[in-house]
Amino acid sequence: MESVIDSVIDIRGLGLTFDRDGRRTEVLRELDLAIPRGGFVAIVGASGVGKSTLLRVLIGLAKASAGQVSLATRSTARQPVALVFQDSRLLPWRRVVDNVAFGLEGTGLSKAERRTKAVEALRIVGLADLAGRWPHQLSGGQRQRVSLARALAVEPEVLLMDEPFSALDAISREGLQDELTRIWQQTGKTILFVTHDIEEATYLADRVIVLAGSPGRVVVDRAIETPRPRRRDDPAEAGLVAEIRRHLSKTG
Amino acid sequence: MTITQTVDLPASSAPSRARMSALGSIGLGAAGLLAFLVIWQAVPTFGLVNPMMLPGPLAIPEAFRSELDSGMWLKAVTGSLSHYGIGLVVGAALGVAVGVLTGMSRVAEDLTSWVVRLLRPIPGLAWAPFAIIWFGVTPRAAVFIIAISVFWIVFFAAHGAVRGVDRDLLEVAEAFGFRSPLEKLFKIYLPAAMPGILVGLRTALGQAWMAVVAAEIFGVPGLGNRMIEASSLLATDIVVVYMLTMAALYGILDSLFLVTQNWLLRWKA
Repeated sequence: MESVIDSVIDIRGLGLTFDRDGRRTEVLRELDLAIPRGGFVAIVGASGVGKSTLLRVLIGLAKASAGQVSLATRSTARQPVALVFQDSRLLPWRRVVDNVAFGLEGTGLSKAERRTKAVEALRIVGLADLAGRWPHQLSGGQRQRVSLARALAVEPEVLLMDEPFSALDAISREGLQDELTRIWQQTGKTILFVTHDIEEATYLADRVIVLAGSPGRVVVDRAIETPRPRRRDDPAEAGLVAEIRRHLSKTG
Repeated sequence: MTITQTVDLPASSAPSRARMSALGSIGLGAAGLLAFLVIWQAVPTFGLVNPMMLPGPLAIPEAFRSELDSGMWLKAVTGSLSHYGIGLVVGAALGVAVGVLTGMSRVAEDLTSWVVRLLRPIPGLAWAPFAIIWFGVTPRAAVFIIAISVFWIVFFAAHGAVRGVDRDLLEVAEAFGFRSPLEKLFKIYLPAAMPGILVGLRTALGQAWMAVVAAEIFGVPGLGNRMIEASSLLATDIVVVYMLTMAALYGILDSLFLVTQNWLLRWKA
């Protein structure tokens, strides 16, 4: 199977162990995962199962203790992978447009070119009008859109998202979920989306992977073939949601 | 006495009521100042104290005019401001540089921790003997003393502010490929630490002003020196002119600093 699909991320035998307060904690062990190019893959799991850690390894914020991760990116972008954090983490001293342009600095683009690209990215998330605002003037949902624009601006091939909508109110969350679906369909980027919300995973992704246990391992890996546009309360997915919930409650 | 309540206000005019109470504060402040001046003038006028010991405020404009006409005032002010400015810039620049370095690097912090503990308690003015031995009674000696006073305040402010920078924001820099210390310095550490550094700088602004006067009392030409000259001639009205000059200059500098600070931190909520 591995050789047939075109994987943009190939994880083999990944292990990660933390040393904290003199105690060794094994977060991930022997994890194998292949993320197909252009796919929308959701990783679901309880907190502490290592799903965020996996993203941190992929972006280079954490170092694996074992195994290997290969990125087969085609893009010439300086940053083939970009991360959207759970909290927006905008730089409060930069205006919205300069926050979005952040990742473009040091690429040889002039300031004007960087701003133009930043405004384009803001247009994708529907916030071009707020380019001149300061982050503290935005709502939580708007901040998270800016954070998404900041990741999109560097034109990455893979978008890593770490529970990006979990801190938002239900209305903003659903709006952003639909927007993300549209952006994925428009740009054809590969998205690896970490969440603890099973409905969110099944609504958004075309493949859901459930991590459970300690150290975390894959307990469910399932394609979701429900055609788009999808409905939030699609009965076709109810069975899968129930099955995932059983897995999570058994191990959590 | 100011009465601001009796005007019939429209039912809900919170902004205009706020403006009225702001006007009331200004009125009270002015009244207090006036009372202070009256009492001050009364003390020598009614012979409670020899006017030679304490000149009244009415004597001050005349003394100010004579200092202005002789050119002494302008010379003293420019002298002091240049010591102040150079000492402040040198001390603040070194303070920010060392504070940021020790804030970013654990090795630098450990390396300097005992030296800091040794030198930190020495008051800036205790360096006066060495300042005079090294530089003589020259403007450079004054600059040296001012710079040392400023250095410690700014150093601790910058060090603490850099140590307190949100780790999450540093991760943002790393996630977008900015991993070198220099990139992190300019993209995250300095802007994130700016509010704390500015608090230190503002304290240093006042501290340096005290150091200016103190250093000049040792003989370096400037406001402090001119004041000591006048007092040795018992020209107390001139002493008061320079005391008020110091207050006015500090007030102006602090206001300018506040305007600059508010602009630099305009991103804050």
